[in-house]
Order: sequence, then structure tokens, then C-alpha cells
Amino acid sequence: MPSASSAFSRALDNRNVLGLLFMLPAAALLLLFLTYPLGLGTWLGFTDTKIGRAGAWIGLENYEFLWSDAVTRLALFNTLFYTTIASVIKFALGLYLALLLNKRLPFKAFFRAVVLLPFIVPTALSALAFWWIYDSQFSIISWVLMKMGLIHRYIDFLGDPWNARFATIAANIWRGVPFVAITLLAGLQTISPSYYEAASLDGASPWQQFRHVTLPLLTPIIAVVMTFSVLFTFTDFQLIYVLTRGGPLNATHLMATLSFQRAIPGGNLGEGAAIATAMVPFLLAAILISYYGLQRRAWQQGTADK
Amino acid sequence: MTTADATAQPIDSQGMNYLVSLPRRIVTIYLPLGAFLFVLLFPFYWMAMTTFKPDEELLSHEGNPFWVKNPTLAHVKKLLFDTPYPDWLWNTVLISVVSTALSLFCSVLAAYAIERLRYRGSRYVGASIFLAYLVPPSILFIPLATMVYQLNLFDTRLALILTYPTFLIPFCTWLLMGYFKTIPFELEECALIDGASRLQILVKIVLPLAVPGLISAGIFAFTLSWNEFIYALTFVSSSEVKTVPVGVVTELVEGDVYHWGSLMAGALFGSLPVAALYSFFVEYYVSGLTGAVKE
Repeated sequence: MPSASSAFSRALDNRNVLGLLFMLPAAALLLLFLTYPLGLGTWLGFTDTKIGRAGAWIGLENYEFLWSDAVTRLALFNTLFYTTIASVIKFALGLYLALLLNKRLPFKAFFRAVVLLPFIVPTALSALAFWWIYDSQFSIISWVLMKMGLIHRYIDFLGDPWNARFATIAANIWRGVPFVAITLLAGLQTISPSYYEAASLDGASPWQQFRHVTLPLLTPIIAVVMTFSVLFTFTDFQLIYVLTRGGPLNATHLMATLSFQRAIPGGNLGEGAAIATAMVPFLLAAILISYYGLQRRAWQQGTADK
Repeated sequence: MTTADATAQPIDSQGMNYLVSLPRRIVTIYLPLGAFLFVLLFPFYWMAMTTFKPDEELLSHEGNPFWVKNPTLAHVKKLLFDTPYPDWLWNTVLISVVSTALSLFCSVLAAYAIERLRYRGSRYVGASIFLAYLVPPSILFIPLATMVYQLNLFDTRLALILTYPTFLIPFCTWLLMGYFKTIPFELEECALIDGASRLQILVKIVLPLAVPGLISAGIFAFTLSWNEFIYALTFVSSSEVKTVPVGVVTELVEGDVYHWGSLMAGALFGSLPVAALYSFFVEYYVSGLTGAVKE
């Protein structure tokens, strides 16, 4: 009927109705598979759910147990250690690489493309390559160091707790530096060269140019990039799972790997969910500190309106 | 800052570079850059070397390990004919393509509605899309696993196709919002006056102008789903439905004797498709990466 169809088409002209209609597919998927599981995960953390058995509400018992659990405490320490060291080094190396790539270079586009490769390929697969590079009997690193006469025995990269921590951090840095470098490079390329010309005419040294021109103008994007970097590192799973599965002696267990270990092979879904939920406050804190901390500095320097 | 800037001509910020002498440039630029490239690319070189080395060379401490004397295809042959690797490749392609297409469809509509229809509350929805982007899979996989089980989706490809959009849609929507923002309102107003419906405007005006954005989002989403690990590890257990990263890690690593040759071949051939795709669309990929971060 014309009246019904015209009412329908008039409703479609209304931006609220049409907006709702357009949002429907995305909203349905996200509400069902993102928002709901977020709530469900928090709820599971307060229950003793096991695989194949619905759980009952047990209040804070999981958290009380985890707080007194030495392995969980170690995992928390490992996660903080891993995130801090890896993020700081990723930032330093990433910024350095971005500055190098921002110089006048032949084949610049090629270099930029190649640099991003570690970030593109599946982490689980590149972690396998690291596993082979770190092998206790056939490690190529040990082989080279032996030939150079620097060591006399093959290094047990993944068998010793501290070696394993630094080996996994190194692999994480390898994967993360390209992301930091390429995004910071995009930021560097938006800084007008006239600032540098003005600064060098005023007699500023390269270091002063970097400190007083590059860094302040780059701060907003550094804030965002590092927020992402910290977030990825804190919740890292694949690299540890492939390289060490949390070993040796739980020395490389992160919160994410421990939560997987307890929930899926261990069957304690409630406990695993509690560990995962316990990561949320740390993530929020990391986001707030790196984002607002640096954002405010940028705002004080009058570059907030990006 | 708009995403269009990301693809703009790079500005040479060291305008007075020519004053720096060549020996100095070698020490301050080329040497460090060479070191970076060596470290970043060595694992790939090592993957390739290991793939084509016969076992005797792999397990020998003599000779030069950096080159292969008698290259062999034995490991590749073993991988392709004695393992379910081809199945995993097919699964990965299928799951990545379908979940990317699904996410792009949802994201285009959502991004257009948020950015252009500006319905009541769209600003808050836009902000929550960004927050959704920050939710890591490592805190979602346990509740999602229980849901997948209850929905009878455990051990199916559909479980992955339906859960991958949880990180793909927020990313694609956020990226496309940036692209739609750069399309002038006037074009849409003209079309509205000419009597076009909103759907016609989206399909005939906005989408053709946003093709670079669609490619960026598509490429990025495809590599994200290709690389996904924790969901695929948790929601799937039979060999026939596994994806490449999970299959290689869980099934090719067997016992105490590691078959490094076929393991590295699996890693190499699992990485090559994304690397090849990336090499064709570097600019789109980079603008997707930087665009999503810069907004």
C-alpha cells in the first residue's frame, strides 16, 4: 500500500531510525561476542566453574586464593617486568629507527616496507624461528659466540629462568620495534622542515633540534603509540606460549599464559577468568598514565589541537 | 590530523642534510640502519635456510651454518604430503576471508552511521568503538570459550568466523570513520537534493571515494585474522579445522626430536602469503596502521 510504504520510506529518512538500522549488524556482533563476554568473564571470576560443570558463586575466593598463590604472584612480577623492560627498549629503538628512516635515503620506501615485516607475519610462526635460534644445542647465536671465542659452552637460552626472561623479551622487542618505528615515522613526516631550518639558523645543535623541536611535536603520537605498545605487551600470549609455555619454573609465565594454563588445560575456568579480570585494572592504569600523562604535557605545550 | 595525511608525500625533514659529509653519514646512518635490518630480517633468513637444509647439515656443528650446501625439498615435501598442512592453509584462507568480509560489511554501515548520519548518541558510540578496540583477546577468550561451547560451535570454523569480528569490527570501523570524515558533506547534500536515498549515497558516492580506506581496512583485517592465535588455539581441537599458526605450533612440534626443517618450512609458508599480500599493498597497510593510531 502506498501509505504504508511511504511511512516506511519516511522512517528511513529519519537519521535516528536509519542510523539504528545501519548500526545493527556491528552492534549485534559486538554486544554478543564482546560486551557480553566481558561481563561473563568478570562473573566467572567469582565462581568455581570448571570445564563441563556449571559453577556456583563463591565470592572473592578465587582472588583470595590467587593472592596467596606463589605462581600467580610470580606471573604478576614477570608481566610487569616483561612489559616495562620491553616497552622502554621498544620505544628507544623504535624512535631511533624512525629517525634513521626519516633521513634522506636511497630506496627509502623499500627500507620502510622491509622493516615492518616482523610485525606482519604471524607471531606464533616467527616465535618458532626464535625457538630454533634459541635452541640449547644448535643455537646459531651460541655457534657464532663460540667461534669468536667469547663463550665456551652453548648458552641455555630458554632453560635458565633469567636467560629465558631476557630471551622472550628480546623476541618481543624484535616484533614490536617495527610498529613503534613506522607509526612514529608517520608522525615525523608531518613535522615541517622549516622548523629545522629555523632552528639550525639559530645555531641549534642536532641534539637541541631533536630535544626542542622533534620531541615536543611528536609527543601526542608517542602517547598513543606507547599506549598500544604497552597494551599489546602486557597481554602478550603467543610468544610465551610458543617459546617456553611459561617455563622454566614458571619464570616466564605472564598473566595471560597463566590464565590460559589454569583455565583450558587445567579446567579451572573460574580461576583463569579471575586472573584475566585481574589484568584489567593494570591495563586501565597503563592506558590512563601513558595517555593522559603525555597528552597533558602536549596540551601544556599548546599542541593539543592535532 | 586526517588519515589522508598518512599517504601524503613524505617531507624531508632534514632540509640541510647535504651539509653532512659521506663518511659521517655512513657511521651515523648506514651502519645503524644496516644493523637494524640485519636483526629484523635474520629470523626470516634463518627460517628459509633451515627449510632447505638437509638434516645432516642442520645437526652438524661443522662447516658454515649460514649457507646451505646441498639444498633439499625433503622438508617441504614432508610438510605438504605427510601433514595436514594444506588443510590448515585452506582453513586459514577461508576463515580470514569470510571474517574480513563480514567485518567490512558491518564496519562500513556502522562507520557511515556514526560519522555521517550522526544519529542521537553517535559520538558516544564512536568513543565506545575505540574502547572496544582496546579490549585484548587474552581477557575475552575464557568467557568466549564457554559461549562457543554452549552455542555448539566448539571445534567448528564458524566459531572463529564469528569471534574474529570482535577485534576486526572495532578496528575497521575506527579506520573507516577517519576516511569518511574526509569526504565533503556537499557531495552528499547534492545527492540528497537530487532525491537519492541514504543507501544510494553510501553505495554510489561514499564507497567509491573511500576505496583506499576499504583496501587498508581489508588488508589489515585479513592479516590480523591470519595471525590470530589464542582464539584458534582455544576454540578448535581437531586437526581438520585448525589454522596454520595453531596447527604448526601444536602438531608439528612432536616428542623430543624436533623436525626443525619441516617446522621452519611450516613457519615460512605460513608467513609468505601475508608477506606477499603486504608487499603488494604496503602503502595501504601503512596508512591503515598509522591512520588507526593517529585519529
